Amino acid sequence: MEVLRDVVKPLIAGFGITRKRLAHEKVTFFYPEEKREQFPRTRWRHVLTRYESGLERCIGCSLCAGACPARCIYVQAGENTDQERFSPGERYAVRYEINMIRCIFCGYCQEACPTGAIVLRKDFELANYRRENFIYTKEMLLEPVPAQVD
Amino acid sequence: MPKRVETVVLHDSSTPIFGDIEKGGNVVITTLDTVLNQVRANSLFPLTFGLACCAIEMMSTAGSRFDLSRFGMEAFRASPRQADLMIIAGRLSKKMAPVLRQIYDQMPEPKWVISMGACASSGGVYNNYAIVQGADQVVPVDVYVPGCPPSPDALLYGIMKLQEKIKRGQSPKSFKELRVVETQARQLEEVEA
Repeated sequence: MEVLRDVVKPLIAGFGITRKRLAHEKVTFFYPEEKREQFPRTRWRHVLTRYESGLERCIGCSLCAGACPARCIYVQAGENTDQERFSPGERYAVRYEINMIRCIFCGYCQEACPTGAIVLRKDFELANYRRENFIYTKEMLLEPVPAQVD
Repeated sequence: MPKRVETVVLHDSSTPIFGDIEKGGNVVITTLDTVLNQVRANSLFPLTFGLACCAIEMMSTAGSRFDLSRFGMEAFRASPRQADLMIIAGRLSKKMAPVLRQIYDQMPEPKWVISMGACASSGGVYNNYAIVQGADQVVPVDVYVPGCPPSPDALLYGIMKLQEKIKRGQSPKSFKELRVVETQARQLEEVEA
């Protein structure tokens, strides 16, 4: 009788908890196979956007570099000419570099940008083996030219 | 002003040394190390080494929502003797750097380091006298994970990159390079502090 009270009853109670948990909704995200939906205001990898005409939005004003608390953005501006036109304004960014490993993804650059050129998208897969690979150049940051719609 | 030089003891009496194995000469192992690399990559034992807010995300990674145990590394070890992966989670101050180095030296071979977050990888916003500008000044880092802090899935991606690296691994030329056991006591090394 004591065996029933001391051994069997706790066992049944314990397995009862297990049975209850089995019916519980699964919470685990199986990350590499399925990616969870990021929250709407998630800030990750930067992208330099373009206008629909294909011109760059960035005008090389360096306001993003000034707003950056980690000082990880470097902008070198150049003058647009009629032959070589990159952006609608007078100037464009010749070099635009972000040190992605020093960046803290605060989004201040996005707030500071007057033309909405730099935006932080939701691509979080940035880990890498070498520190040199984290200097993201303008070519890596620019989004591809949108397809011309006829 | 001369730099202060600190001597770090790489080895102590509690680590077993198998001197005789090295006398066996070069054993070229081709298949065994592939198997061993698979085993090593899929059963990493991380060290609990949270230095700052990144540690919260590291704990969250080990939790049930992201579940680090799917990668065979749910057992966070408090002792460096039982761990082979160090996740430097958080900003590394200059005062903490010798401690980090000593804990790294106490970990048995083979060992890997993930530098998690902007502060551990490069100093981040703390570009000042107190913070080491990148943990790779103190220990060799295998994978850098950017972010402030990296979300658990970003850390999982970094861990997967590390597993890739381990699985690709260098093919050892001798039993000593295979690093199953330590064959000889490592020499004293001078580290500039």
